[in-house]
Amino acid sequence: MSTMDLPATPLRRWERFTLAERLGRALFYLIALTAIMWSFKTIEIIPEFLYDAPQQTVDLFARMWPIDWSWYFPVVHPALVETLHIATLGTILAVIMASGVALLVARNITRSPILNFIGRFILVATRSIHSIVWALFFVAVFGPGALAGTLAIAMHSIGFTGKFLSEAIEDARRGPIEALIASGAPPLSILIKGYWPQVKPAFLSISIFRWDINVRESAVLGLVGGGGLGMALDTALANLYWDQAGLVLFVIFIVVVVTEILTTLVRSRII
Amino acid sequence: MTSAAADRRRAFPPNWPLRIGLLVLAIYVVYAAQILDITWTRFLIGIEHGERFLSRMFPPDFSHDKLQLLYAGMMESLQIAILATVFGTAISLPLGLASARNISPAPIAWAARLFIVLCRTFHPLIVAILFVKAVGFGALAGILALTVASVGFISKLVGEATEEMSMKQVEAVRATGASFMSVIIMGVMPQVMARFIGFIAYELDSNLRNSALVGLVGGGGIGATLFTAFQRFDYDFVLTIVISIIAIVMVGEILSGFMRRLFQ
Repeated sequence: MSTMDLPATPLRRWERFTLAERLGRALFYLIALTAIMWSFKTIEIIPEFLYDAPQQTVDLFARMWPIDWSWYFPVVHPALVETLHIATLGTILAVIMASGVALLVARNITRSPILNFIGRFILVATRSIHSIVWALFFVAVFGPGALAGTLAIAMHSIGFTGKFLSEAIEDARRGPIEALIASGAPPLSILIKGYWPQVKPAFLSISIFRWDINVRESAVLGLVGGGGLGMALDTALANLYWDQAGLVLFVIFIVVVVTEILTTLVRSRII
Repeated sequence: MTSAAADRRRAFPPNWPLRIGLLVLAIYVVYAAQILDITWTRFLIGIEHGERFLSRMFPPDFSHDKLQLLYAGMMESLQIAILATVFGTAISLPLGLASARNISPAPIAWAARLFIVLCRTFHPLIVAILFVKAVGFGALAGILALTVASVGFISKLVGEATEEMSMKQVEAVRATGASFMSVIIMGVMPQVMARFIGFIAYELDSNLRNSALVGLVGGGGIGATLFTAFQRFDYDFVLTIVISIIAIVMVGEILSGFMRRLFQ
């Protein structure tokens, strides 16, 4: 039997994407390209500033270089301690508030779409306003200092913490919950004995992760009056004491690296 | 008789480590609040200020000249975010691949990792201060600062995504005698491209958010408008700006979600 006898199969073309997908992507590329071209064409850059950029950069580091260590104990150390307290206290406050909002958002606990939506709106709104902008608000209300910084950190963290907490709560298995309901447990007991053990690892990991981020953020809040290392940096910059600014930057660098290592260690221990 | 009752386990025994932990936490909160000079009286005084503050914020100022300022600031922020994402992505893709230990040699991978950690360490605001000193006030400093932040963030994710991919396809392409670039294009990229798009979408989102920030220290954009409004006590205009920032961020989140779905 020769191959000629086989029925001729029509040539099948295999396509990875449908026409709609390809059109969607093409449209997307077009929009992206237009946006990029538009940004390049219309962005306002003052060329006069660029001529001496290399000298300015060299000058910046030359002024910073012999770092002024004598400033560490009188000024930078108290600021560092304040920063760590702001970050920790802010995280604790945020976790407490976020737990409430997360319960409101989680659809398996609050069975009301309106309340869910309100909770979700709180999460998005607190998250979209940056902690620095929150700090501006709280400095205007409470005056400059650690109180404003702590509240700013707490408010901004609600969104992030609440979002992940509510997801963890929604992922909780129904089994233990139904067992508790069947035994006639009151709502609070269901929350503590049914949900909490399931959510605990996520809760701890989210809190620690947020603390790591908050240490970073609280180090700059002082630039707008929120206390901590940022305040020391702001004073040094305002006085053009670049050697002090260099010291503050160095301290921030060390703190951030140490907290990152610390949180990685703790997370690998509990999870 | 009594031993049998004692042997029976309680269904929910008291969790002493948790109780002690909570006690320690409570003591810390009181201690830290005292150190930071956070007192109830200050809080009450603040609430009083807050009322006045809020009454000056409402209603938000939508007058024509203010809207023009808002528009100009927003457009600049948008440009800063877009350009920082473009530059950040252009640097991050090769850097991220270089930092992946399964396709690049160890010394290059470690050097790339060190550079990425360096980029991630400093808050964009601090980087912006340094760039404002180096290249002067304006949008360029903002773009450069956000580019550094993007590089720190995307390269790390790209590196991790590349380390998680399957090596079989890479080895298959290598076995055909393909050059290094062909291995990257044919073996690596198809596996990680979808996730890259997701990262870029997220980065655009976060750059948009942060571009409202770099203006505070002279990096241009809506942040500069916001800071000026604050310093002039135009609290009603501040509210307008904050509302529009939230709106833009929400629109950005929807758009980036759409973009992710398009490429998944």
